[in-house]
Amino acid sequence: MRPFTYERATDARAAVAAGRRAGAKFISGGTNLLDLMKLDVERPSHLVDISRLPLRDIEELSDGGLRIGAQAANSDTAADARVRNRYPVLSEALVSGASGQLRNKASVGGNLVQRTRCPYFSDTAAGCNKRDPGSGCSAIGGFNRMHAILGASEACIATHPSDMAVAMTVLDARIELLDAAHSLRRVDITDFYRLPGETPHRETVLRPGEMITGVVLPPPPPGRQRYRKVRDRASYEFALVSVAAVAAVEEGTIRAARVAFGGVAPKPWRSVEAEAALTGRPATMATYRAAAEAAMRHAVGQGCNDFKIELAKRTLCRTLAQVARAS
Amino acid sequence: MIGQALDRVDGPFKVTGRATYAYEHWEAGQPLYGSVVGATIGRGRIARIDTHRAGRSPGVHRVLTSHDLPAQGTPDPSLPFEFWRAHPVMSGPDVDHYGEAVALVVAATVEQARAAADLVDVEYTVEPGSFDFAAGLEQAYVPAGPIYGIVPVATAVGDFEAGFGSSPVTIDERYTTPYELSQPMEPHACLAVPDGEDLIVYVSTQIVDAARASMASTLRMDPERIHVVAPYVGGGFGSKLRIHAEAILAAFAARALRRPVKIALTRQQIFQLTGVRPTSDQRVRLGAQRDGRLVAIAHEATMATNRHWEYIEPTAATTRSLYAAPNRLTSHRLMPLDVLRGEDVRAPGEAPGLLAVESAMDELAVELGMDPVELRIRNEPSVDPERGVPFSERRLVGCLREGARRFGWERRVATPASVRDGQWLIGHGMAAGIRGHFQAPTTARVRLAADGRAVVETDMTDIGTGTYTILTQVAADGLGLAPDRVRVELGRSEYPVGAGSGGSWGAANSSTAVHRACLALREKLVATACADTRSVLHGSDPARATFADGRVSIEGVSEALSEIVARNHPNGVEADGATVAMTDDPNYRDYSIHSYGAHFVEVAVDADTAEIRLRRMLGVFSAGRALNSRTARSQLIGGMIWGAGAALEEEAVVDARSGAFVTRDLANYLVPVHADIPEIDAVVLDGYDGKANVLGAKGLGELGICGAGAAVANAVFNATGVRVRDFPITLEKVMPGLPPLVS
Repeated sequence: MRPFTYERATDARAAVAAGRRAGAKFISGGTNLLDLMKLDVERPSHLVDISRLPLRDIEELSDGGLRIGAQAANSDTAADARVRNRYPVLSEALVSGASGQLRNKASVGGNLVQRTRCPYFSDTAAGCNKRDPGSGCSAIGGFNRMHAILGASEACIATHPSDMAVAMTVLDARIELLDAAHSLRRVDITDFYRLPGETPHRETVLRPGEMITGVVLPPPPPGRQRYRKVRDRASYEFALVSVAAVAAVEEGTIRAARVAFGGVAPKPWRSVEAEAALTGRPATMATYRAAAEAAMRHAVGQGCNDFKIELAKRTLCRTLAQVARAS
Repeated sequence: MIGQALDRVDGPFKVTGRATYAYEHWEAGQPLYGSVVGATIGRGRIARIDTHRAGRSPGVHRVLTSHDLPAQGTPDPSLPFEFWRAHPVMSGPDVDHYGEAVALVVAATVEQARAAADLVDVEYTVEPGSFDFAAGLEQAYVPAGPIYGIVPVATAVGDFEAGFGSSPVTIDERYTTPYELSQPMEPHACLAVPDGEDLIVYVSTQIVDAARASMASTLRMDPERIHVVAPYVGGGFGSKLRIHAEAILAAFAARALRRPVKIALTRQQIFQLTGVRPTSDQRVRLGAQRDGRLVAIAHEATMATNRHWEYIEPTAATTRSLYAAPNRLTSHRLMPLDVLRGEDVRAPGEAPGLLAVESAMDELAVELGMDPVELRIRNEPSVDPERGVPFSERRLVGCLREGARRFGWERRVATPASVRDGQWLIGHGMAAGIRGHFQAPTTARVRLAADGRAVVETDMTDIGTGTYTILTQVAADGLGLAPDRVRVELGRSEYPVGAGSGGSWGAANSSTAVHRACLALREKLVATACADTRSVLHGSDPARATFADGRVSIEGVSEALSEIVARNHPNGVEADGATVAMTDDPNYRDYSIHSYGAHFVEVAVDADTAEIRLRRMLGVFSAGRALNSRTARSQLIGGMIWGAGAALEEEAVVDARSGAFVTRDLANYLVPVHADIPEIDAVVLDGYDGKANVLGAKGLGELGICGAGAAVANAVFNATGVRVRDFPITLEKVMPGLPPLVS
């Protein structure tokens, strides 16, 4: 770990001002950043602690949605009665992530911008275009069992590790950002994340010094929601594949459906192809299979992770069947 | 007293933070901190190493490379156990495996040491290394052995090929197991304190005497000048049988700087600077009559080894004693690679070996259409099938029957993939377990003070197993004292020397030594009293003495031990006890001495995703007399969980391009978490093995693993009909065999 200076921001404006300093990084729960600093992967020279900013509230919005403060703890968000009743997919995703202790520390804003758990990314002796642009991708041709089958590039095949963000993607969440000029903007979560292309080190559209202040959830979509996470352990483990699904079924026909995958792509992977294959179709396994095929049409395995393609199809089909049966 | 579930006597110290581990001693004041720099190549040489940037970094006192170290001792192969041999570290420019130590930074704080370690510039001349085990199996060779100096590398009885060839039912399969590491909770750590010409070494180790011997030999010091202190050790599982770079480098740095220096390996470094259970490829052949009786057994294990540091895991060794069959073959071969050196990892041999053999037995049961419990009972030998000697105490059949009864095995459905619980495919599996029992020279001293309190001293360690507690019980039993009148002192090289914790021999070795010390002390006390006219026991027959409640009684007359000691030995009285090497104990020549287990497992496998979740685990064990029923059960359950992890999760993956472990932290190297472990129970059959030792106790710290993973694998087969022979059984190996999705 390299030496760094530290300050605790007193309000959001002071935080973004401090965040403009060269080498500065925001720190909240620190559940990911501190690990990476110890490994010499993240090398901030200045930390701006934003964990005590008054951004912990979860507020009702007049349109029936919710605004979740960026500093709300993952555990508090998961346990919030409004989240559990109206956005169960989000609550399920949150409690499926990490451990109780980490969820108590980790913030919603920090969860969105956590880094990939690709082992080559966290090993400074290995080539990694995300950590060290131009140094190559060690995961390609290496041990890539946890890696992406969709949205990857020849520069990077890392996955985004968040469960929460997958649920937020299927809920059409918008990310609220404050920049150093104190102007606030909102970005759709699908636009918030970039695909790696040739610049895998640029993971989001966050501008220098910009800070996440909250997440806005529109009113819940019609239908039943479910988050299903498939992993090697029963707890405390990242997804091999996860599915966030929302479906409204009336008289055996799917009126509306939303699907997003986790663990398969560099960002939470909304599948408009699957949604198109579901909408207006009968709620049958044949339909789910067609949706799964559509979702994985462009999927590419890297060797160790080829199984994820079939696993994603199977997980989607079963999750849709459960959501449809329940609705 | 012996066998009771006495609470851990060190428990209050541990839960209140007063149990002091290697890294936490402050008697010598503020130490300096060392950070090890590891090689980032798998094979080659250091072409240039530049420490200037690191040396100028804030707080840095010294940067050591191979140029700065004095000549080191080299391993003496005549010592039977590797752990006592020298362990040269950073001794030249050659890099023999990824992560090998190339420099040590010593600084005022741990943060400064780590920051400066990143600034050491090393240029390497990379040589092509061999890192791919599966790619070069034909290069494997037969090592000279014997393993540990006593276990033969290969054995043959009868005519295996003829027996196998004529068997009406045969199994011939290959099983593979991955690299595994011990990964104890407490990292490998050492605080070295120079004291004149002496060196005090606070180190996390399983064997104090081995740590002292290895350090003395490596540093070319007189062992008497090295004082090892290891009162508490946070797990070892084999990885602390010997000391490693953290201890050797701390000692060199402390002597060079004349200051206390401490080093703890990071979790990532534990994957590079300790030892690894070799990955293996095992061929198992079983030939049987249609009634299930085995005609032929062959177990041939091929495993990886570092090419410069030969390590043979005795993977096929206990197969020699497990089942009867007239025609037999076992062998071990090594595949030389440029990977981390092999070392013992909990249940070396049985852990990977029984995954293969007990899976094969399940396959044979399926082939025969026979109950797998019955198949094993049918092949119960009357004498050790290779050595021809009787078993000391063999209750494998008892474990199998009791386990089957408690588990409800008779309700198991034999047809695979035929039981469903909603989304889950349900399966039941079982396996037998066997583990060798060993004995090594160990000494202990028991001293009785004038206040009637006893102190036990031995350099034995408590690595979380419960040594403090069982030795308290053994001494209390031996002297007829309440356990709160006994204090046990462990883990110092000044104490009587023993073989430490390893191979599950520590409990039996040290308990037997303490028991004998107590007997010797009793003789002294009774002889003193009976010969002393001031004693009420004067003139009584010493042979009729009994000890209880702190008093010695002879035919109704009694005197307090404290009175005898105060009167005749005002400064206390002591006696020593010992065990001998198994090679010097005729029982270990004349009998086959093992412990046994039977495992029963219920799993649920998701019918769509092949996620495997355990539902029940039961182990029934026979290991002579348990010294403390609670610590015994804890050891066994811990082993069973280890077995579950080996079956389903654990795998250290080597990147075949660099030779580095890719899975080099506990986020990528998976072991079970609480949610993975279901209802689990371990039952110990009452027993006594008088051939093993006078207390009748045998080791059980590793027994719980033996066979546990195979029972899980067999349950997965029963649930799904999919036989996975490539461990661990991750979901992608099962999923292709699952039925297509149905609504």
